[in-house]
Amino acid sequence: MDLNAFLDGFALVVEPKNLLYCLIGVLIGMVIGVLPGLGPAATIAILLPITYSINPVSAIIMLAGIYYGAQYGGTITSVLLRLPGEASSVVTVFDGFALAKQGKAGTALGIAAIGSFVGATISIIGLTLLAPVVADIALDFGPPEYAALALLGVLLIATIGNGNMLKSLVAAAIGLLLATVGRDSFSGASRFTFDSLQLADGIDFVVVAMGLFGVGEILYNLEQRHGKPHVPAKVANVWPSRKDLRQSSGAIGRGSVIGFVLGVLPGGGAVLASLVAYAAEKRRSKTPERFGRGAVEGVAAPETANNAAATSSFIPLLTIGIPANASMAMLFGALLILGIAPGPQLVDEHPDLFWGVINSMYIGNVLLLILSIPLVGLFVRILRVRPAILAPITALITILGVYTINNSVFDIFLMIGFGIVGYLMKKAGFDPGPMVLAFVLGSLVESSARRSMLIFGGDPTGFFTRPLSGSILAIFVVVALLPVVRHFWRRKSARVETAPGVAEVDSHSGPGDVGVAGDDGGSDVVVLPADTLDVAGVGERVRVAKSGAGQHDHHRTE
Amino acid sequence: MSQHDILAEIEAEVAHELEDERPPAGGPAYQTVGALVGLVIGVGAAILAYGYGLGTLRQPGPGLWPFVVSVVIVVLSVLLLVVGRGLDDSEKFTRSSALAAVGAITFVAFGLLMPLTGFEIPAVLLCIVWLRFLGGESWRNTVVISVLTTVVFYFLFLYGLRIPLPHLIAL
Repeated sequence: MDLNAFLDGFALVVEPKNLLYCLIGVLIGMVIGVLPGLGPAATIAILLPITYSINPVSAIIMLAGIYYGAQYGGTITSVLLRLPGEASSVVTVFDGFALAKQGKAGTALGIAAIGSFVGATISIIGLTLLAPVVADIALDFGPPEYAALALLGVLLIATIGNGNMLKSLVAAAIGLLLATVGRDSFSGASRFTFDSLQLADGIDFVVVAMGLFGVGEILYNLEQRHGKPHVPAKVANVWPSRKDLRQSSGAIGRGSVIGFVLGVLPGGGAVLASLVAYAAEKRRSKTPERFGRGAVEGVAAPETANNAAATSSFIPLLTIGIPANASMAMLFGALLILGIAPGPQLVDEHPDLFWGVINSMYIGNVLLLILSIPLVGLFVRILRVRPAILAPITALITILGVYTINNSVFDIFLMIGFGIVGYLMKKAGFDPGPMVLAFVLGSLVESSARRSMLIFGGDPTGFFTRPLSGSILAIFVVVALLPVVRHFWRRKSARVETAPGVAEVDSHSGPGDVGVAGDDGGSDVVVLPADTLDVAGVGERVRVAKSGAGQHDHHRTE
Repeated sequence: MSQHDILAEIEAEVAHELEDERPPAGGPAYQTVGALVGLVIGVGAAILAYGYGLGTLRQPGPGLWPFVVSVVIVVLSVLLLVVGRGLDDSEKFTRSSALAAVGAITFVAFGLLMPLTGFEIPAVLLCIVWLRFLGGESWRNTVVISVLTTVVFYFLFLYGLRIPLPHLIAL
């Protein structure tokens, strides 16, 4: 690691201007995490036009702040209202809300904030140490590796992300197709432009993202919003006691590690990490029956893990240039707008940006800790703001924002078009996330694949005989076939075993009862085989929204 | 007990948690339409891409990559058509879907009006429609918030960010 560059990065972050953007970013993140409606990916999408008017480092610092700030904010509604603001806070609901009912909402929020801070900070240290190393390895990647990696990234998002895998893959493939609209960079031929001048240069990523995520979610929320206003529980004494801290210190430590490791995986890193961390604590606990009835570890573990995961999901973006989730895809797009190609060369070519962003996260998390312990009352009050009042404001930001990119009314209509598509996709059960992600990676996949074919002299087997790209493609095949294999496996095991199915079938038991199902001696391990790739099954079956757009869909129907 | 039992239980718990708040599912017709749309896009794009020239693997034409992607879309859509009928992840259109439709229409109206009248009038109108008719706010709130929002945006965009939005009122 280049220590000088690292320190220069810090110098950059503590410039008042960048500190201010960092604060604005985490503040917006907290607020949208608390408020129903927009998720972090949609918010970043809507604010993308701002990258045209402020300096690159500040812009990325701010947009990144929105993403990890949202993880903190999501906790508040989980604990107080039993409404997870983010998908990765769903498990927090079990013990967080139970604590709130016992009048210990403050304890839950305090522990969650401390866990979030520790998890994120440990993860940033990991990011600081690991990112340059990974980037260094990735420097050896050639076009075949990039083609394979980008494809693998798209596939993983579709597999691990929320929703049906087949649908996600269809959406992703359409995203790849959308990326081909415009002039072909190799031959100059126009593709899918339908003789429109506006389409000749291709479709602007910002327009697609603002449409599918921003407008799509705004329209969807208009429809969902017909509930009663929520009155949050009173929050008193956010400072956790020594006993609470001692009780959850182990959970926070383990959650950090689990979160960091799982967060690197493309797809629902934060969501999965929170599930696994909660499960790990419950398993370790001598008194698992407390879980679901107000165990502080049950709040500490998932909240630590989801923040650690949110942080480590920056690694693939900053080191190999593959976004791990929808929010990272937005940052990827923002970097492209700024004329910076995210990838292994980033650390050498733009050390200011690389270290500026990473180091801003140390400071951003300190800010978030302050916002979520002494100032938590402020955000609890925000919960009383009616979504109806915010809706037209976000709508105007979106519409005026997209216009400012090219001063083009055509862009407004294109965005509305994508917005309607995004809305309809949500209604039909298609997640727009993979489409946007594939769109952003589309030209990289195509140009890398075509360059590779030139290298291989037209022989596609070259992809498989090159050791690096070959291994990546091997993983690709495994990931692609795994759900099919598991489907048949499960079918078979469901026929053979009847009793051990309790764990799966009995989904209506309260969280406090789940310990019972596990007492059957673990003979139902077949339900979820013990390999890392099995993580694919979690998001898929649970259908938890991944940590990107749309996490408010099913559980924020205010 | 193994860790994976607990993971599976928690998953089921989470699924149950989310289930409570979900709107009614759309049913097989929604699934079929969804898959058919994918199929139409795939077939249409494949035909167009073929027209752009596929070339050879050694010298790919501009149409080869989109053609490959289109074929993938077609295959996946057909699969979805076959196995996806029973999925329950779609949402029925209900009376409140009209709210989304009205929202989309105001977006379009804004886009049509802005070049003609500047952004102030459409902004106030959009706010009024969204607050009063889509959001059910009181008239007093509606007027105050609409005007205030527009004024803030006026100064934010024109003076704060110095972005030349088409505007009516020159200060």
